[in-house]
Amino acid sequence: MADLSCNVAGITAPNPFWVASAPPADKLYNVERAFRAGWGGVVWKTLGIDPPIVNVSSRYGAVHYNGQRMMGFNNVELITDRPLEDNLKDIKQVKKDWPDRAVVVSLMVPCTEKDWQFIINKIEDTGCDGVELNFGCPHGMSERGMGSAVGQVPEYIEMVTRWVKECTDLPCLVKLTPNVADICHAANAAKAGGGDGVALINTVNSIVSVDLDLMAPEPTIDGKGSHGGYCGPAVKPIALHMVTEIAKAPETKNLPISAIGGISNWRDAAEFIAMGAAGVQVCTAVMHYGFKIVDDMIDGLNNWMDEKGYATLEDFRGIAVPNVTEWQFLNLKYDIKARIDESTCIHCGLCHISCEDAAHQAIRIIKANGDRRFEVIDEECVGCNLCMFACPVPDCITMERVDSGTEYQNWTTHPNNPMRVEEN
Amino acid sequence: MTTIDVQAGRLSQEQLSENFSDSHPPLNSGNAIVEANRCYFCYDAPCIDACPTAIDIPNFIRKISTGNLKGSAKDILSQNIMGGMCARVCPTEILCQGACVREAHEHQPVRIGELQRYATDWFFETGETFFERGEPTGKRIAVVGGGPAGLSCAHQLAVSGHEVVVFEAREKLSGLNEYGIAAYKTVNNFAQREVDFILQIGGIETRTNQKLGQEVILDDLRKEYDAVFLSVGLGDVNSLGLEGEEPKGVYDAVETISELRQSESLKELSVGRRIVVIGGGNTAIDIAVQSKKLGAEDVTLTYRRGPEQMSATWKEQEFAQTNGVRVKHWVAPKCLRSENGHVTGIEFECTELNPEGKLRGTGELRYMEADVVFKAIGQLLEDSVFSGSEMPAIEGGKITVNLEFETSLPGVWAGGDCVDSGEDLTVQSVEDGKQAALSIHRRLK
Repeated sequence: MADLSCNVAGITAPNPFWVASAPPADKLYNVERAFRAGWGGVVWKTLGIDPPIVNVSSRYGAVHYNGQRMMGFNNVELITDRPLEDNLKDIKQVKKDWPDRAVVVSLMVPCTEKDWQFIINKIEDTGCDGVELNFGCPHGMSERGMGSAVGQVPEYIEMVTRWVKECTDLPCLVKLTPNVADICHAANAAKAGGGDGVALINTVNSIVSVDLDLMAPEPTIDGKGSHGGYCGPAVKPIALHMVTEIAKAPETKNLPISAIGGISNWRDAAEFIAMGAAGVQVCTAVMHYGFKIVDDMIDGLNNWMDEKGYATLEDFRGIAVPNVTEWQFLNLKYDIKARIDESTCIHCGLCHISCEDAAHQAIRIIKANGDRRFEVIDEECVGCNLCMFACPVPDCITMERVDSGTEYQNWTTHPNNPMRVEEN
Repeated sequence: MTTIDVQAGRLSQEQLSENFSDSHPPLNSGNAIVEANRCYFCYDAPCIDACPTAIDIPNFIRKISTGNLKGSAKDILSQNIMGGMCARVCPTEILCQGACVREAHEHQPVRIGELQRYATDWFFETGETFFERGEPTGKRIAVVGGGPAGLSCAHQLAVSGHEVVVFEAREKLSGLNEYGIAAYKTVNNFAQREVDFILQIGGIETRTNQKLGQEVILDDLRKEYDAVFLSVGLGDVNSLGLEGEEPKGVYDAVETISELRQSESLKELSVGRRIVVIGGGNTAIDIAVQSKKLGAEDVTLTYRRGPEQMSATWKEQEFAQTNGVRVKHWVAPKCLRSENGHVTGIEFECTELNPEGKLRGTGELRYMEADVVFKAIGQLLEDSVFSGSEMPAIEGGKITVNLEFETSLPGVWAGGDCVDSGEDLTVQSVEDGKQAALSIHRRLK
């Protein structure tokens, strides 16, 4: 059995799976259910200054793809709509009942030092393990000068983080918005302000669909809609890239990361940890299937770590980061070709038509005796992988390395590169 | 003295209604989307080749998945005007679904037939049609036989602008769709609703109770019309070839199926307690299952060869068995037993293949008691249809046609079950009719 315990910027938990700040973590009832199911921690749904905000009816939009429900998901819901004191009471109770679990409180108040001091004072008494500054929400609150309105301006991130760190010793995670050109500026600002770690990504600005009868964006609220925050499996690649950027940059490479964005199972979590995350947060998958999914997350990660011989998360955390390089350093001598396993081919022709219409015309049809088979033309195949992905049969098309494996040349020294440097 | 047990009303009205409801209920919208998304959208898809009418199956399925049901129905119906009926009665397991790459991959083909029904049912509900009559050509064509081949031909001819008169021997159009297919395959009067849809195009006059060789004469039609299309089907049935006269209680399955289909009240239909069916095709399956559904206690389907040689597909055999029909292979009828002129049982001889692969009796005998025996051993072209006329060339009991569906008689085309164009299937008849119409149009231009 591997040790799954995690430490995110000084906040410890028995496992790296935390429920992200969202409806599943908005009151005692839910959070207790989450902990009973096995979740390692929660980030409480964002608290604000009373009076509480109000929400609209019809709050979520979804992208279903090829019969798969909720591939992508968005919302126009705001922060907690419960009175502050109700939340504080619940948080205190939960922490008392579940001392080994991480209870982090997400916060979002107007951009004044006084408001931040007020809310920090309030939550310190709950016994919570840390705070998460919500600089991420791209809808509703941002128009009021909060959420991503802060997260999009590095100077504001730094300023507010400093206010918070000046009035509390609690570990402080800064939650970042992906709605920026370069996430590293925001991470640098969080670090400069004294933040103990970053949490990312918050939701991506989005309109998920248009109701073609109402001619209004969805979710539609009495004939109108508004942009919302996009999340779910569809955003995982965006999140993974942003986490990687922070883990790779010399300025932020040691900054603890709580990774968020489309994480639905242990495999997703392992990928984020391999890219440097200290722990992960999950929301959409819980909203889709309930808290029980954590069982497979814990079990699956454990089994995989045992199989690989990793005893702790630290054993593999960040070990994929050095393999992320710039395009110009990729080996141009590396050469792979598609190989079709005739014994499992079902003759659907998708490899042929994808290559024929959209790639390099490198798969020909051989017709004989009323049957057909597909043959790769090695001279035309550039090893793009398209046919392998189009093929519906697992492992029917594989890519075989055909170069010697000993040669290396990258773009920096390539003759076609007008900016090339001489090889030494 | 054996008691003959044949009676009506073995089951309650409620039970009968349940037994004769849709044997394969339609997909709902959720299932249809999931199923449509299982289609790989193969390139040059094998399912298209396997469809006698060459419907672009991946394309119509893709249109279901995007919610373009109108486009989907158009893809189907423009290739096969009886796409709705074919979705219900085609043996898809040996056609499109048998060729589906998912069949090869995981023995779970995309449920193409059910998806086709989903799209066409949706379109039928709109009451619209895609088709318009072409510019009138002034040509008149007689279509003899208002079954799938005849209606398909008539429709295609109307599309081309010709005037068509359909002569139908029976009271209603649609041929075996109306008279020959098990009731639970085509509920809610679908055959007649499909006829209405086809005739909507206009330019098609229908004359029922007009039997060729009786009320209408081929030679007259050839004089009066610019072309004649024969789609008279197979009106006769094979005989058992046993010695002596057939006692009471021995019926032709096709006749009984037709009575059942036209019956106003299933409760009033008589059915035997012990039933033996002789034959290995769809008609044998249909009469066996329908007898069971009417309340027969024991139904045995007998066939003189093995399961692979039966013309009913494996799926139909399975359907019969799951409906409580016993299937007995390798027995050939030898003699009917009767008391007081009514059948009481039938004796069979066991059969096997000799070393040359020919069927032979083994000499071993089997006896089965029966209150009713159904013959379902194939149909024949009725000779009388050519009474008083020059006959077209006939070969192997069917009207000879060339690749253009032309008979040996100038100006006379033929298609459907009365010609040897492929399997005797609704879908093949529809294709025959369509191709013959296109050929007639080319010739008359």
